[in-house]
Amino acid sequence: MWFDILPSFWEGTKITIELTLFSAVIAFFLAFAAGFGRLSKFRAVRLLSATYVEIFRGTSLFVQLFWIYFALPLFGIMLPKMVAGVLALSLNAGAYGSEIVRSTIISVPKGQTEAAIALNMTPWQRTRLVILPQALVMMLPPFGNLIIELLKGTALVSLITLSDLTFVATVLNSSIMRPTEIFSVLLIIYFVISLPFTRGIRWIEHRLSAGRY
Amino acid sequence: MWNWEYAIMILPEILKALKITVSATFVAFVVALVVGLMLTLARRSNFKPLSLFAGGFVGFVRSTPLLVQLYFIFYVLPEYGLSLTPFVAGVIGLGLHYSTYLAEVYRGGIESIPPGQWEAAKALNFSTLNTWKKIILPQSIPPVIPVMGNYLITMFKETPILSAITLVEIMQTAKMLGSHSFRYLEAFTIVGVLFLVLSYSSSLMVRRLEVRLNLR
Repeated sequence: MWFDILPSFWEGTKITIELTLFSAVIAFFLAFAAGFGRLSKFRAVRLLSATYVEIFRGTSLFVQLFWIYFALPLFGIMLPKMVAGVLALSLNAGAYGSEIVRSTIISVPKGQTEAAIALNMTPWQRTRLVILPQALVMMLPPFGNLIIELLKGTALVSLITLSDLTFVATVLNSSIMRPTEIFSVLLIIYFVISLPFTRGIRWIEHRLSAGRY
Repeated sequence: MWNWEYAIMILPEILKALKITVSATFVAFVVALVVGLMLTLARRSNFKPLSLFAGGFVGFVRSTPLLVQLYFIFYVLPEYGLSLTPFVAGVIGLGLHYSTYLAEVYRGGIESIPPGQWEAAKALNFSTLNTWKKIILPQSIPPVIPVMGNYLITMFKETPILSAITLVEIMQTAKMLGSHSFRYLEAFTIVGVLFLVLSYSSSLMVRRLEVRLNLR
């Protein structure tokens, strides 16, 4: 039985990892755009970013995914499953990521900005050379957690019949009816994929706290 | 495109299903609160196997998808003679998943208690049970209530996943309405707006609570 199921699990795993990586990259850019947008000095930009963030944090990924896949076609926008999946995942994670970006930038002490102004740096130099290097380091652990949430979120695309890991498992289960084996293996695969991230986060957190106290 | 007549026609049916969504949220939240506290206490236990098990459980549950955990509960347990209704399976799955998050919340609250409190309890000859019941928990839970409120909102938003194990809550109702008429736009939009309005307004309430707790 294992000879039959493992290859299809492998195909599903590839889709799941692809989904996670694509969405993570797009979400990363969205997070920075919306995170900086909320700190912008232009009211319109702040309002626009806040609306995006509140809409995608106020509803769940599930509802967003179904809306994009089933409701958008009524406006004439018919997206392939993979595109709909990546779009929903990255818009959702981007909204959560923007809060990470915003809160870490705010948490860089004010004296840093003041010192940069005293040194006659331009606003762009201030951000690039003083604020961001300090904020980026603080962003790493929460971004790691966000990627794990993203990985977990990819399971939902099985419900719009995109053939990721979970979809492969449900199809296998309805044909060979061995739920115990199939769903246990499924859980373990997800756990193994997330391991490098959980380990990485712990390592970074350890490194960051070294020498602090 | 958007049909108001149809939207108003289906609205009562969606609102009726909201009752299931809300009751699933609250029952699951109670499960998460209780199991979360047990996990935190188990992790702090001096009995190594228990604390290792609790730590492993939290790590595993937090890094696997809720959807798959629900499938596991709903499809695997019946193999061993434990058939659950969609509501019970859903509430257990959602509750267990978020119990691992709430365990961290409790931990944060407990670790913020100054060591002097433990020492004083010991000096006053409090039993372990009484130390927890009378000294530690009454001080560590109130400050984390807003965080718990945020998790309640998160759980509310996640309930649509329970439709995957055939629980007829608000999302499943919308799906059924949509497949009847081949119009998903109105039903899914209503669901989205409902979630947005309810979760946003309750998160504002939590924020107010947070401010009030900070003032004291």
